[in-house]
Amino acid sequence: MATIIIPTPLRKFTDRRNRLSVNGNTVREAIEELAFNYPDVRKHLIDDHGKLRTFVNIFVSDDDIRNLKNEYTPLCSEDVISIIPAIAGGME
Amino acid sequence: MRKSTVIFFKSMLFLSSAAKNKIISEAILSSPDECCGFLFGREYNEHRTITEVCPVANAKEGDKKRKYEIFPVDYLKAEKYAETNGLDLLGIYHSHPNHPSVPSEHDRVAAQPYCSYIIISVTDGAFNTIQSWRLNEDFQFEEETIAITETQ
Repeated sequence: MATIIIPTPLRKFTDRRNRLSVNGNTVREAIEELAFNYPDVRKHLIDDHGKLRTFVNIFVSDDDIRNLKNEYTPLCSEDVISIIPAIAGGME
Repeated sequence: MRKSTVIFFKSMLFLSSAAKNKIISEAILSSPDECCGFLFGREYNEHRTITEVCPVANAKEGDKKRKYEIFPVDYLKAEKYAETNGLDLLGIYHSHPNHPSVPSEHDRVAAQPYCSYIIISVTDGAFNTIQSWRLNEDFQFEEETIAITETQ
């Protein structure tokens, strides 16, 4: 099973757990499994069109999935998936 | 700038005077660019105590005077630092040069749940105001009162 590391802002939706094991074969399946088990987390990861939200980065080990196969990046049991909030803003 | 809807306060954020002075100094030194950094501390019963602040590079390509961004790898380091040191990563601070310490629509759209967002306003390189904000369940910012403490 791969491991998902939950960032601090989303732990209120995962019973304060910071690491969860998932069975998915791809990043998308892993995220869907997470959202199924913790429904309140869904709206923070997946938009109304079913796509991963813009302000979320997902890394598998040290690699941004945008540089791999995006949400279809395959997973193996040792993989660690990091959900990383995109921190940005400013006065405009 | 389009203004976001803001609602005034509920929760309390305790901030040491040393931490406050550190982020104000950084906001002044970075002006006219926006500065940014992490807020570490502990949370108890909806009230938060910031014990450490940690500046980080503004990774925004282009106009740093009006926008900020934090590299994902720096965010990961901050999470690891909090875990290693038994702290909570409670939020983010950034500055608004020549602009009020009120979140913009850009701030709101990009904001994460749970996080406290401290905004420091500097005007012509001098400190103006400091306020803290947190998203509510409707993705709107509410102000949280900052209480300054004398502890380090």
